[in-house]
Amino acid sequence: MASSNDEAWWSKTKGLMITTLIIWFIFSFGIHFFVDSLNKIVILGFPLGFYMAAQGSLIVFVILIFWFAGRQDSIDREFGVAEED
Amino acid sequence: MATQSGGDFTSNLGKIYGIYTGGFAAFVILLAILEQVGVSNRVIGYLFVFFTLAVYAGIGILSRTMQVSEYYVAGRKVPAIYNGMATGADWMSGASFVGLAGTFYVLGYDGLAFALGWTGGYVLVAVLVAPYLRKFGAYTVPDFLAARFGGNFARLLGIIVLFCCSFTYVVAQIYATGIITSRFIGISFEYSVFLGLLGILVCSLLGGMRAVTWTQVAQYIVLIVAYLIPVVILSAQKYGVPIPQLMYGQALQDIAALEQANNITGAAGESLGAVGQFKTHIQPHTTYDQFNFFALILCLMIGTASLPHVLMRYFTTPSVRDARKSVGWSMLFIFILYFTAPAYAAFAKLEVLQNVIGTAITDLPRWVYIWGAEGLELVKICGKAASSPEAVAAACGAGKEILAAGDIAINTDAVVLATPEIAGLPYVIAGLVAAGGLAAALSTADGLLLAIANALSHDIYYKMVDPNAPTSRRLIVARVLLLLVALVAAYVASTKPADILSMVAWAFSLAAAGNFPALVLGIWWKRCTSAGAVAGIIAGFGVTLIYLIGNVYGFDLVKGTGDEFSWGFLGLTDKVLSINAGMFGIPVGFIVMIVVSLLTPAPSQEMQDMIDEIRRPRGGTVMQEKAA
Repeated sequence: MASSNDEAWWSKTKGLMITTLIIWFIFSFGIHFFVDSLNKIVILGFPLGFYMAAQGSLIVFVILIFWFAGRQDSIDREFGVAEED
Repeated sequence: MATQSGGDFTSNLGKIYGIYTGGFAAFVILLAILEQVGVSNRVIGYLFVFFTLAVYAGIGILSRTMQVSEYYVAGRKVPAIYNGMATGADWMSGASFVGLAGTFYVLGYDGLAFALGWTGGYVLVAVLVAPYLRKFGAYTVPDFLAARFGGNFARLLGIIVLFCCSFTYVVAQIYATGIITSRFIGISFEYSVFLGLLGILVCSLLGGMRAVTWTQVAQYIVLIVAYLIPVVILSAQKYGVPIPQLMYGQALQDIAALEQANNITGAAGESLGAVGQFKTHIQPHTTYDQFNFFALILCLMIGTASLPHVLMRYFTTPSVRDARKSVGWSMLFIFILYFTAPAYAAFAKLEVLQNVIGTAITDLPRWVYIWGAEGLELVKICGKAASSPEAVAAACGAGKEILAAGDIAINTDAVVLATPEIAGLPYVIAGLVAAGGLAAALSTADGLLLAIANALSHDIYYKMVDPNAPTSRRLIVARVLLLLVALVAAYVASTKPADILSMVAWAFSLAAAGNFPALVLGIWWKRCTSAGAVAGIIAGFGVTLIYLIGNVYGFDLVKGTGDEFSWGFLGLTDKVLSINAGMFGIPVGFIVMIVVSLLTPAPSQEMQDMIDEIRRPRGGTVMQEKAA
């Protein structure tokens, strides 16, 4: 049942999954390892390391999910596996 | 609404909820005017609780239904943005609303693990799980496990995982509704629990998922308004700009200066709610070591992507595309509260440092005694509940005149509820916050009860006991079970069980270890076999459960008898906290699942085709409901 079109579509989907999870990993864990050095930078009173955990990463998550949903939809459309509108 | 085909209702949603929001604003203004003309606080508390409960009940009754797909998945007609709002209310429990800012207040930076963990998990939901379960067309999470992993044994495991993580969670919500109603109506806690239960039941009993969805949207609006207003006013009062999320940077600086002046260091090291709770707000890893901090983030995130009552919300969207977008909307609506909570904490801390620490013991502000009163005991001074000026004077002893930073401890649950009084705002704001807390607790309880009752009625009764049951009987069974589960949960809550909040945190580890490997590998790895999944669920869930019980109670199931044990983790820490028990179960689950799968024959071609079908958005759902 899996045609070559489907396979190409699935490998693109997997690629997007991996990209998204890498960004997710960086903002969930990666940058918070450097909290002490980031805290030396202070913007509007916010130490940057604290800010990233309190707001920065959260903003990235919101944008990331909408971006992912849009990208996945255009991949689905490109290979003709999207649902009808 | 009950009879019409959802079409004109869904196209008018914007108008309906716009009018509703305006009506709610008018109601709050009316109460503010009533307060000014001298109506008593007690009456205002009554009006808030009963009016909001009546609105939720009204929506529940209007959305009653006798159709199976309406009852279980709201007819799959909920637009992405409204499903996002409903998920927001479903997600943000009484504990997030009432306790999150308090946790930040006490823990400072380390508390932010909760902010990260309870939001980032939605990335996993959107990318790995939700769209595929939506395409499959499940009514419940065990539905998917059964179809993918060879039938009822996998289904039963799914039900056990679901029950373990949802039941403690729902008890905590009913407990929270009891606390809030008893504080604002002034009846005893045991009666309040059952009054709160009534509010939960009218929403979910008649209309199932459909009623719960539309009530949750209404509850989201109440809770977010209630959360934002006090802190917006505080920000305007203190810094002249009503954008707390931006202005608390200054508060952080002021806090740091006051911490230095008061000799507060990162070393206080006391647990939540203890005496002498102040520690430096910004300094990382004063409470959790680095390993446990990151482990907590991971367990909460993976738990988010595994909790059945969250995942089932995405079964209600009209399409796979909408399911993905809907996760984004959920994240946005949850974000609005979560990125405000640190501001709440900072303003409350600044207020306490500025106006309470360093004042004379005989001259403390009035709110200290309101929240330290008997029965609440949420503010402690010199180690004793601050129930009256005399009690405080007695606790601190004669030699002490000025309150020092180490003398006051505010319970995490009191910070949000008490902020209006701390800031000297009118009582109507305190009532509003209580209504918001109630909305948060009720909406989560609705979602959880529905998840449990659906698993019992759909998975156990219909799929395992009587597959030929007619629609009407299935829905009656669903309702009877919902009622029973609710009553048992309310009874457990009314006994005020200890440890309820830690149990909620455990729910994430249990769900993560029990569900996540099976869901992810079931979708993303065709080679994953039924035997592998079953073994992986048992191993992962089992290890987590053993560590939880062993770490907290020991083998005799009694706390503090000395036989509790704790494990290290690869030399990174020598003590993994019980809330991070999933750190053992998740990898064990994955490894066992992969190894056993590779040792057993690959799934049939039929199964592999079904997985292809689940992955592709185009086409109808895989699981078909028999004609009703």
